[in-house]
Amino acid sequence: MKKDITCIVCPKGCTIHVEYDETGIKSMEGYSCKRGIEYATAEILSPTRMVTSSVKTDNARYTVCPVKTSKPIGKDKIQDVMKSICCVKVKAPVRQGDVIIKDVCGTGADIVATQTLEALEKE
Amino acid sequence: MLIHVFLGGIPVIKNFNLVIIGGGPAGMAAALEAYDLGIKDIAILERDDSLGGILKQCIHNGFGLHVFKEELTGPEYALRFSEKVKDTDITVMLNTMVIGADNNKTMYAVNPEYGFMTIKAKAVILAMGCRERPRGALRIPGANVAGIFTAGTAQRFVNMEGILPGSKAVILGSGDIGLIMARRLTLEGIKVQGVYEIMDYPGGLTRNIVQCLDDFNIPLHLSTTIVKIHGKGRVTGVTTAKVDKNMLPIKGTEEYVECDTLLLSVGLIPENELTEQMGVGMYQVTGGAYVDQDLETDTEGIFACGNVLHVHDLVDYVTMEGQKAAKSAKKYLDDLLEQKKTKPEIKVIPGNGLRYVLPQHIYLKDPEEKIKVFFRSKARYKDVVIKAIMNDEVIAKKKVIRLIPSEMESVEIKTSDLFRTTNNGADLKDLVIEVEQ
Repeated sequence: MKKDITCIVCPKGCTIHVEYDETGIKSMEGYSCKRGIEYATAEILSPTRMVTSSVKTDNARYTVCPVKTSKPIGKDKIQDVMKSICCVKVKAPVRQGDVIIKDVCGTGADIVATQTLEALEKE
Repeated sequence: MLIHVFLGGIPVIKNFNLVIIGGGPAGMAAALEAYDLGIKDIAILERDDSLGGILKQCIHNGFGLHVFKEELTGPEYALRFSEKVKDTDITVMLNTMVIGADNNKTMYAVNPEYGFMTIKAKAVILAMGCRERPRGALRIPGANVAGIFTAGTAQRFVNMEGILPGSKAVILGSGDIGLIMARRLTLEGIKVQGVYEIMDYPGGLTRNIVQCLDDFNIPLHLSTTIVKIHGKGRVTGVTTAKVDKNMLPIKGTEEYVECDTLLLSVGLIPENELTEQMGVGMYQVTGGAYVDQDLETDTEGIFACGNVLHVHDLVDYVTMEGQKAAKSAKKYLDDLLEQKKTKPEIKVIPGNGLRYVLPQHIYLKDPEEKIKVFFRSKARYKDVVIKAIMNDEVIAKKKVIRLIPSEMESVEIKTSDLFRTTNNGADLKDLVIEVEQ
């Protein structure tokens, strides 16, 4: 298989051509530094991404609270993670850093709040 | 422009040493720096119900690599500052809209607590940020229908209010907000039909092209724009067309794209109505105030920083600019900038290849100053040298591997070199910053 990867390590943005199969990477060209090789290798073998989204809130000024994964997760897990985030509702007060879902979808990453939302005062 | 209308009751008049208009990243950084420098009686006037500005809706990560050496999301970056502000005695006036100002640092504001107020300050830092270019500024013919949002409006709806704008979207403009929203909408189950960019290169960072579009197979159409909006009541689709070198649509390349939502990510405009009411001189290219190396406007004691001064691509630079404005305000309040305007003044001019420079003028007041001159290019360059030239002598040089209009660059000037090459200010010429030809 062949793939062209745009390197995002530095602003230069090299296009790296990679040839690979099930056993691993066969050849690579177009990179200009070691970091480019590392990036392209990771992108082929196990690409990861941080996921940021929001969860519904209860008793807060805003109807949603922003969240993120505590560390990058496998790219193939993004949709699963979004599905689990979708069903969650948190009750204010919420503090930035609060764990909303532990070990989301078995990725080893937690879903944590990235905003602090106070509870609305009861009437 | 004076506003002297009181709707009964006792007029509220408040006095501060330093008033900062805007509680976003620029305003918070300025306020904290001013506080740390020992300025007493500082106030932040913020129209929203909490500090943080636009960062609150930028829930993606990538903020803070320069200032905190780590990647934070927008709300996290904002909290680093707003939590600190809470621990100070800085007066934070929320839900407070400054509706007018005049040229002696008097501002007129309204909020639910006091109603109409007159606020007087010894020094003012402008940190109002910018707003998005709306449809009206684009001259796209077609129906006047619902479903057309600026990317930032949609971002606030989705990320703060929990409302999805539609189910099938087209994005015009490939600036970073547009790209980020393409991913965000996709993650929330909205089909993004494509991103259309009139230029022949993307406006946003490469990282965002890769992680927001390529990751989700969202097509990016370069040299393409929208020539018509269709619909009745709600947008039902758009007609796109390729453009030629003069950015004019090419006949025969039109395509109909179905959508119920159109997001516009087509540029930001500094929000300077108050600045102009204060009688502050403007710099046409940036749409912000005309400033010197202290970020002081042509009106004494009024400083500007952040996106209200010029639109930045990184919030980290906004923070640093806010801190710099506060340092200058401190000097002003200590009467250290008093003599400035009697000193020789050098104009800074964008030369070959550059669209603008900031600051736009420099006073020769201190031979030991180091001044960072920021600039943006007009076009894309690879492996070029940036030169600062005074009286035919190159006084600073910088190699840049990639120079593009969407990424701000800077070059450092030493005032000692300006003193020397101008014969201590006797032989003044313009300081030209340019791309080496």
